[in-house]
This record gives sequence, C-alpha cells and structure tokens, in this order.
Amino acid sequence: MACFLVPTAEAIVVTAVKHSCKKRESASVSKMDISPGVLQSSQRISFSQKLGWLTNMLWGGSLLLAFEHVWHGEVTPWFPFLTAAANPEDTVAMLHEMSTIGVSMALLVTLAWAGMVLVSNAMEKRAAEPSAAVK
Amino acid sequence: MTLLTTVFAAIISTVLWYKRAPDNSMRLGTLSLIYWGASLMWLGDAIFEYAELQAEYFTPAAGDMLNDFYLGLSVVALGLIAWLVALLLQDPRRVLKTTLLKKT
Repeated sequence: MACFLVPTAEAIVVTAVKHSCKKRESASVSKMDISPGVLQSSQRISFSQKLGWLTNMLWGGSLLLAFEHVWHGEVTPWFPFLTAAANPEDTVAMLHEMSTIGVSMALLVTLAWAGMVLVSNAMEKRAAEPSAAVK
Repeated sequence: MTLLTTVFAAIISTVLWYKRAPDNSMRLGTLSLIYWGASLMWLGDAIFEYAELQAEYFTPAAGDMLNDFYLGLSVVALGLIAWLVALLLQDPRRVLKTTLLKKT
C-alpha cells in the first residue's frame, strides 16, 4: 500500500547524515598532516562513502518499489496520492503495513549494509596489518 | 517473479562491476546497489506474503506470474534509466562536457 515510504524516509535521513559526514571529512583532510604514515590511512574508504552504499540501496529500492505501487494502482498522481488514504479503514491497514512490512524492508537493507561495512572494515584492517608490522 | 527478475538483474550487474573493478568510471557499483536494494525490499515483502499464504506462495497462477514478470522487466528498465541519469549527471569520464563544449 505504502510500505516504500519507510525506506524513503530513511533514505532522506541517511542522505542528510552522509552530506554532513562528507563536510566534516573534507574539513579534517585539509587540516591533516601529510606525512607518509598518515597518507596510508587516507586510502581507506571514508564513512561518507560507505553511507553512499546505503543511500544508493535505499533510494534505488524505494524508487523501484514506488513504481510497483503505481503499477498496482496504489499510488496516483492526484491528491491524496495514496489510494489507501481515501478512507479511514484503508488508512489503518496502510499504516499497519508500513509499520510491519515497511520497517522490515528498511531493516533488511540496513542490516545488509552493516554487513558490507563490517566486511570492508575487516579487509581494511587486514590490509593495514603488514605495514604496521614493518614499522 | 518480480523479486526473481530483480535478483537476476542484481547478480548480472554485480558480475559486470566485479569484472571492471577497480575501474568505476561506468558507476556499475551504483547500478548493482540499486537492484540489491530493491531485491532486499521485495524479499521483506515476500517473507510476509509467505507467512500469510504458506505453500500457496510458490504456486502462483500463470496470469499472475506473467504480469509479475512483465512488472519485473519494467522495474529492471526503470533501474537502468535511473542509473543512466545518475551516470550522465556525474559524467565521470567527462564525455558530455567534452562533447558539448567542442566547437563545431
């Protein structure tokens, strides 16, 4: 009915967080000491880049799911845009669907992203180990 | 069927990304993430549908399957359009900039 609105809301929040992280990272890079040891740490994938993976999944998935809702006639280009919002009974069912299926969708995507970040962090840590051993 | 179509699109785009990595000039990673995001969301939907329908979930009517496959193909096409728009806007290979600024 409108389950895609939950991941869309998450996408908006994560995009805002990503932009603020990017600003903070670029500010800290300009202040950074450019000695050889520090340069190695700058080759790591930044957190804003990792958040970019999540925003791509959330925005992409929400867009394709919104299309599916248009296909099934659940989203219309005129007010109130969601056919379920036209009467109170359907609105209750829609809100229930958003709180169950919608939240599960957002959680699944976020969990998959968390897994990707964990694997990437472990790989970065392993790649940094030989250089630390040389020191 | 929509879930299955999107999962295949996600796998194919991931293989293409892996084949070209670390070259990211075609932003294939973005394309694969779009399809993986949609696949995971449809997986969430499928889990709830399975809980409701049980074994019946795996025996859809032929008409429904065809309609879902048609929807899946349309979804794949929309994903490709979204990726293409993002690629042209970012223009990582500066193809658009070079072509548009070129004097005729």
